[in-house]
Amino acid sequence: MQDKAIICKDLTKQFGDFKAVDKISFEVSEGEIFGFLGANGAGKTTAMRILCGLSYPTSGEASVAGFDVYKQQEKIKKNIGYMSQKFSLYDNLTILENIEFYGGVYGVSRPEIKERSAVLIKTLGLEKEAKKLVGGLPLGWKQKLAFSVAVFHRPKIVFLDEPTGGVDPITRRQFWDMIYEAAANGITVFVTTHYMDEAEYCNRISIMVDGKIEAIDSPSALKNRFNTTSMDEVFYELARNATRAAD
Amino acid sequence: MPAVTLKNISKKYGDFVAVDDVSFEVQKGELFGLIGPDGAGKTSIFRILTTLLLSDGGSATVQGHDVVKDFQEIRNKVGYMPGKFSLYQDLTVKENLNFFATIFGTTIDENYELIKDIYDQIKPFNDRRAGKLSGGMKQKLALCCALIHKPEVLFLDEPTTGVDVVSRSEFWEMLGKLKEQQITIVVSTPYMDEAKLCDRIALMQNGKIMSVDTPKQIIKSFPKPLFAVKAKNIYKLLQDLRNDQEIESCDAFGEFLHITLVAENANEEAIHSIAEKYNPENFEVKKIEPTIEDSFIRLMREQSDLK
Repeated sequence: MQDKAIICKDLTKQFGDFKAVDKISFEVSEGEIFGFLGANGAGKTTAMRILCGLSYPTSGEASVAGFDVYKQQEKIKKNIGYMSQKFSLYDNLTILENIEFYGGVYGVSRPEIKERSAVLIKTLGLEKEAKKLVGGLPLGWKQKLAFSVAVFHRPKIVFLDEPTGGVDPITRRQFWDMIYEAAANGITVFVTTHYMDEAEYCNRISIMVDGKIEAIDSPSALKNRFNTTSMDEVFYELARNATRAAD
Repeated sequence: MPAVTLKNISKKYGDFVAVDDVSFEVQKGELFGLIGPDGAGKTSIFRILTTLLLSDGGSATVQGHDVVKDFQEIRNKVGYMPGKFSLYQDLTVKENLNFFATIFGTTIDENYELIKDIYDQIKPFNDRRAGKLSGGMKQKLALCCALIHKPEVLFLDEPTTGVDVVSRSEFWEMLGKLKEQQITIVVSTPYMDEAKLCDRIALMQNGKIMSVDTPKQIIKSFPKPLFAVKAKNIYKLLQDLRNDQEIESCDAFGEFLHITLVAENANEEAIHSIAEKYNPENFEVKKIEPTIEDSFIRLMREQSDLK
């Protein structure tokens, strides 16, 4: 049990008659990079909200960083980091202010914040920009900074919701370098993406269709099973029979 | 006469140069792609061509009409699907379609043939408010509304962003069918794999066009042999090769790394002997044809070297 960052068993979320998440079961090991894929409307966001302690399941069990999704939502929130393409940083705060704000919210002590933010800004090469508003940064930089902020409090798990959408191909790869580094430091990475080449960078992936997990394995095992050389085709084979309207 | 022409078009927002001296032409009936990440300047170009934004310099025409002087003619002849969903959320599917048809002085029936294939898929939801539709359905409705007046040129700004692989391939099938109807289509996308579905593409970055050509020609002009390699520990291999003097470029591409050598005429043997220094387990190498993304990355690096 100790080395599992996430455990889900028959996790279900129902809205009226609609089973958004339908009895999904899976485990994610500590330090693993886990790709959570699925067609639009498959239920990924709903499942992710439960795992982040933002929504209660209807039935089933799940624990995140060892904490129960029913009873220990606040503990889950403290032990995870979160970043999405849509919302990541405050445009009208400076880079330094954003870091201080997030560090403060997550209860990192003031001297710690000071020390770690100095290191972070140096690593990112943003010394000149540290006192500039985030709104003026190019998107690629924003996303890299957002990721660094999401792991600033050294969470056990970081949830990334389409972190590289719209980012140029070089920055996208730099972003994945950061993901690898975080994983090497023991942070579990739970990531969604629409780029199938990025699915290949994950240790394991799951593919959700119509609320259920239809496949879960390493990218190479999945390609073997579907007798193909591309993840695109694996995804296509699984998702094309989806009956739910794409969302 | 080309369907679209841009000559030295520029656009600044304050100090920020969104479009930097861009010129290209789109021929009639062509499916033309603007390929590039967020902030490349794609949306500004769309807004200039659809007469919604004035450029700071240069000139542009659509179907022979000037985007500044003849904006009214252009508005009657183009269909525009913005990146952000812009239909009336409080109107139903049918009401939205009717509304756009009426504004352009036509009816749904008059151009029914053109939208039939797409409309059939959302017809069961005719009485549902647009705001209550799923993302895929919204996208189809928006396309119907952009087509309802039988435009001569269709502008689609990132129609497939954030959409899953299955819906994306369906959308491109629809575009293929529209092309058969002789409609000129200008479409933007951040997904490099969609580039090969266009007749010609412009690769864009930081407001500039890095290259305009057919996907085939862009791939053909990749200047060096390209190799795909992999090993059991791919991340270690990436770091080793990236720091090797003989390697010119090394980028992750799915389960492989794509590499070029500093030396001009490289072969698989040469790659093997470089890799051997690092004792990778289960090492494999094969020569491959570059993808548009390989070309894009290379052009990006060349541009930043020029600076």
